[in-house]
Amino acid sequence: MRIALLADIHANRLALEACQEHARSQGADRLVFLGDYVGYGPQPREVIERIMAETARGAIAVAGNHDQAVANDREAMTPDAETAMAWTRGQLGPEAREFLASLPLRFEDGTRLYVHASPQTYPPWIYIRESRDARRALEASRAQMVFCGHTHLPALHGITATGQLVSFTPVSSVPVPLPPQRRWLTVVGAVGQSRDGNPAAAYALLDTTTSTITHFRVPYDVQATAAAILDAGLPPALAARLRKGL
Amino acid sequence: MQQLMISPGTLLDGYLVGERVHRGGMASLWAASHPDLPFPLLVKAPTLSEGTDPAAIVGFEMEQMILPRLTGRHVPKFIAQGTTGLQPYLIMERIPGPSLLPRLTELPLPWAEVAALGARIATALDDLHRQHVVHLDVKPSNLLVRPTGEVVLVDYGLSHHDELPDLMGEEFRLPYGTAPYMAPEQVLGLRRDPRSDQFALGVLMYFFVTGVRPFGDPQRLSGLKRRIWRDPVPPRKLRPDCPPWLQEIILRCLEVHPAWRYPTAAHLALALRHPDQVMLTARSEKLRQDPFTTVLRRRFADHQLVVPKGKAPARHDGDAPILAVAIDLSPEAAPIAGTLRSMVAHMLPALPGARVACLNVFKLGRITLDQTVDGEGRNIHLQRLVELRHWAEPLGLEEGRISFHVLQSPDPSSAILQYVNANHVDHVVIGARASSLRRSLLGSVSSQVAAQAPCTVTVVRARRLRHSDFKDEPEDKTESTWTVG
Repeated sequence: MRIALLADIHANRLALEACQEHARSQGADRLVFLGDYVGYGPQPREVIERIMAETARGAIAVAGNHDQAVANDREAMTPDAETAMAWTRGQLGPEAREFLASLPLRFEDGTRLYVHASPQTYPPWIYIRESRDARRALEASRAQMVFCGHTHLPALHGITATGQLVSFTPVSSVPVPLPPQRRWLTVVGAVGQSRDGNPAAAYALLDTTTSTITHFRVPYDVQATAAAILDAGLPPALAARLRKGL
Repeated sequence: MQQLMISPGTLLDGYLVGERVHRGGMASLWAASHPDLPFPLLVKAPTLSEGTDPAAIVGFEMEQMILPRLTGRHVPKFIAQGTTGLQPYLIMERIPGPSLLPRLTELPLPWAEVAALGARIATALDDLHRQHVVHLDVKPSNLLVRPTGEVVLVDYGLSHHDELPDLMGEEFRLPYGTAPYMAPEQVLGLRRDPRSDQFALGVLMYFFVTGVRPFGDPQRLSGLKRRIWRDPVPPRKLRPDCPPWLQEIILRCLEVHPAWRYPTAAHLALALRHPDQVMLTARSEKLRQDPFTTVLRRRFADHQLVVPKGKAPARHDGDAPILAVAIDLSPEAAPIAGTLRSMVAHMLPALPGARVACLNVFKLGRITLDQTVDGEGRNIHLQRLVELRHWAEPLGLEEGRISFHVLQSPDPSSAILQYVNANHVDHVVIGARASSLRRSLLGSVSSQVAAQAPCTVTVVRARRLRHSDFKDEPEDKTESTWTVG
């Protein structure tokens, strides 16, 4: 089975469409959404409609911090994120809000665990940026494979039974074997707002038959989404960072 | 010791296990066969028992990741992998040839044989490096020779793959490798520089020529580090008949700083195959080790200064290609030769590590093969070399970055292609003559080279405006999309 893992879509419809299309062409049998469907971006309604349509067809979706912030204005955020969130709240109807509120924080799928930020309980929402964050996250779970987003930076970490940790920045389109002797934590990168200097959308594809994970970078019309951010009256800095992928 | 799940007669997913051919601390090897495969196979499984070096298991995991991605004549062909019980295994092609290990009893070998062998090993390393892998354990027992002569690199347990997690590097604090052959940067824990394999090959060539290991066989980390400041006894001191050019090459491979070695293994192979083109430096004449004061200064210098860790190594898709320029020296080709030179001059600043090989083909008649000396007694071959140097003079390239080759063949395009294939040339620059009756009848050399070369080919033409250039331009179809968008 091939499982496409998509995180941090952030109301970017074009990026989501491009990744869905790419995953289809790669033969994905199942879609898993790892949270943060809204915030920052200009198309929260369209994105939620797409996620709802996919979950109706069997996709799995968990909640992210931005999704929780729609109903809960005590989530701490940067000023631009806060402005975008206030705008987002005004865009969403009751059905969309109900959908976001219904999402679980974690989903266990056999030996796989899907979460937005990390397996640790929240708050706070933990960023897995360094090896030691990955170690704590893997130690907080017993799953063979953990998948998350939240940092917007693709990464792969593996740990042995004796606590030896290996960390790696994946190369696009190169399948990496995940041998069963280790437990693995995959940070899939962001669909809708990349932050590693490459503006292309990021997602990952797990092949459970061969036990390999492939990170992909998918180009989409970044300029169009940036223009839509400006048209919506959202902070111009959010359009600028999208163009640069920062 | 845990009972192994693999023994002669075991059937592993259709593969029949034969006799055990090797039993080591890290792994065991068995002969194997499959009814559908016409060649012999090898099963490899890590040694799993109390007290096994954990590196054995991690090394096996690395090999499981790397081997299936490798292709070509210089690696064993990957066949399958799996697990029986708790015992993981790999199945690969069994190379029907010996390793270089038995040769150790014959040392020292004739220097010409070492140079030829070194060139074949460098070619194998170049092939591996182009596949994103640094071997990091190049030594006689890991080098096998096919009956057809190609050197095959085996055992990827210590290797580093550019595009995969480095389990070995992350998990072990001490450097892993084989003490006599390990490069200084590898001793310091750097595992991603392809030039580390050049150092190991330098050790091997030194050992094979002199019968002595350049840095001994140290058993402790302190002994391993000695090679950072202590240079080896020059090979010619031990083996006076070793030619200066070979000492030059060996000592360049053994440079402490990776940047002072050859940019890529392809450059090294090129040097070993063209001794007359090796630029001789002080290395070639050296007959004693560096003076005590120099060694003392290096001994107490910061190792990170001697072997900087941060600098990105030369990559094959990067800035150190081998550029072959095919130059037609005939008078009617003079305009194109000038255009060709200015093209090369424009390319070089972007490729600081590039090595330029200037080629000219001396066309032999198909019948009279022995006309290297013309009527005036002037050696045409030498004359051509002089003209090639003259052509290249304005490029201002220092010696060592440029070489000159006059190939003799009745068929220029196949001579160029042969050179390109044998020397792993990355880019051919060749001129195309203006259309002529002869070209339309025989087909041009440049178009044949462009069609058949396994690398990038730039065909250079001296642009002249022709009558047809003044016809109306075709309409630019892309324009309308701009006005709408």
